[in-house]
Amino acid sequence: MADPEPLLRLEGVCKSYGIGTPVPVEVLHDIDLTLQAGEFIALTGASGSGKSTMLNIIGLLDRPTAGRLIIEGRDTSALDDTDVTSLRGHRIGFIFQHHCLISAFTALENVMMPMLVDKAFPSEAMRVRAHELLAKVGLTKWQDNLANNMSGGQQQRVAIARSLAMKPGLILADEPTGNLDSKSADDVFALMREVNQSEKTTFLIVTHNLDLAARTDRIIDMIDGRIVQSSAEAQANAKA
Amino acid sequence: MTSWLPFEWIAALRFLREGRMQTIFILTAVAIGVAVIVFMSAMLSSLQANFLKRVLTSQAHIQLVPPDEVARPQRLSTAGSMVAATIQRPTQRTRSIDQWQTFVTMLASWPGIVTVSPTTSASALAIRGAASRSVTLTGIEQDLYFRIVRIPDYIVSGTAQVLTDDILVGTDLARELGVTLRDKIIIRAASGATRTLTITGIFDLGNKGANLRSTFVALRTAQALSDLVGGVTTLDLTVTDIYAAETIARAVQAATGVEADSWIKTNAQFFTAVKAQQSSNTLIRLFVGLSVAFGIASVLVVSVIQRSKDIGILRAMGSSRGQILRLFLLQGGLLGIFGAILGAGVGGAGLVFWHSYMRQADGSEIFSLIFEPSLFIGAVVLAGLTGIAAAAIPALGAARLDPVVAIRG
Repeated sequence: MADPEPLLRLEGVCKSYGIGTPVPVEVLHDIDLTLQAGEFIALTGASGSGKSTMLNIIGLLDRPTAGRLIIEGRDTSALDDTDVTSLRGHRIGFIFQHHCLISAFTALENVMMPMLVDKAFPSEAMRVRAHELLAKVGLTKWQDNLANNMSGGQQQRVAIARSLAMKPGLILADEPTGNLDSKSADDVFALMREVNQSEKTTFLIVTHNLDLAARTDRIIDMIDGRIVQSSAEAQANAKA
Repeated sequence: MTSWLPFEWIAALRFLREGRMQTIFILTAVAIGVAVIVFMSAMLSSLQANFLKRVLTSQAHIQLVPPDEVARPQRLSTAGSMVAATIQRPTQRTRSIDQWQTFVTMLASWPGIVTVSPTTSASALAIRGAASRSVTLTGIEQDLYFRIVRIPDYIVSGTAQVLTDDILVGTDLARELGVTLRDKIIIRAASGATRTLTITGIFDLGNKGANLRSTFVALRTAQALSDLVGGVTTLDLTVTDIYAAETIARAVQAATGVEADSWIKTNAQFFTAVKAQQSSNTLIRLFVGLSVAFGIASVLVVSVIQRSKDIGILRAMGSSRGQILRLFLLQGGLLGIFGAILGAGVGGAGLVFWHSYMRQADGSEIFSLIFEPSLFIGAVVLAGLTGIAAAAIPALGAARLDPVVAIRG
């Protein structure tokens, strides 16, 4: 029996900046990577190793210079801006380290935002879904608070709820615990793990925290734009 | 959150609300601009309408008068040589318009002409005992003439009725001759003819000179006194479009050979003033509109920079470039519309206050205020469009933001 279609595949992906200038810089070199549905993965590496660039490409916020990105069997290189935007909105959720919420809106409204942008949800359905998600992250009481009136940990929990709004197959988290104290970081990480297990949503988490990375299913370690380890071996190293 | 609204509307309103101080300042700026426009426009159009009404209800839009008499040099049998070396300009006698009845019939069906009224004017002396004053005697067919010059509106005593032996005089002439209603005065025309007439009405045209010099009698009476039996010296016309009066006058002159003067020509200075007023008002509107537009644009440019991370997050959540574009265009439009509503109210209220405060010496209003609903609607619509236009460049900038760059800030 053939292997099931992976959630995502990178085939020979390269990314360069300054193309056409005397000194183009290649920041990703010939990346091959496969993510399966339901995985909980850490992406580690030193600053400048290309983690964020790869996350942006996987999140369809940026396009590779060479190679292919295939999401759920669709080759994204053939898609125009409208289709890319639609695919990103429907299948990928984001959690950012800084400025994770829109400050003009309450927690509930931030969670509703992806559904509002999509226009496909009836008003009441959006509200019910947002309530459910806030309950899941334990912030029902805070639903009417503006983002600025919440702690960093609470904001990240709202961001996790928001990333789940469209029931995406993949959630990309860029240093989601980087700004949090260890207790909050632990809570947020545990929440992501819980969502991963209950919703079968794939998480790709950029982190410098090796303790947290060790609690994932797989670690992808990057150095100088290349994946140097993508296996249990890296995880064993992290645990050690 | 009013989630029945489209995303762009909700986000635009929230962004404006969150940047409260910025929003209040720019709304105030727009409101002041629109208030100035509304105040100036309503005041100038009221003044203009008032002046036009005063001018055009006391004179004809077009007057047809006989062409000037000219001296023709006599010639000798030898071609080219003249008898007189110097030719004096002849005096202008009071003459009738040739074929005026034919012209009345023709002009009555002329496109754009509403009323044709024949009159005979002559200079005369109004005499009462030892007092006499020189006056202009105007013979009228009252039904026609009153459609052009609304003498009944200016009657302060008696009625505006002129039968064969009746006369209407101004308040100042009545005072100087010491006469009142139903008194009789003697009119002696330049031709030497004399007639005793009864005062049936006293009018006040709002101008001392006019009240002293103008008198109105029946057309036949004036014809008899000025020795122009069956003749008229003037054909007074009104037209539907007062600003087309000069064009119609030129066409009538070409068709009849009679001199036709429009109110535009006889009130050239007034008309120039009206035009200058309109031009200056247009310029004021333009510059105020431009300053409003630049104000809105500058606020939105700053807003795009401040909100770049929000834009990045929205793009990551699946917002299209079109949605981001509309979000900022809407903010510009909303600032323009709400600023204009505020400004139109302030401008209108300011004008009402100013109008009630500014009075003539006798306590009466300087002019009647005219508030055209179209001015307010137009100001709001135009301000909205100006806001959208002003938001175009910042909105395009926001829509073109690379989400990666935007999120990074």
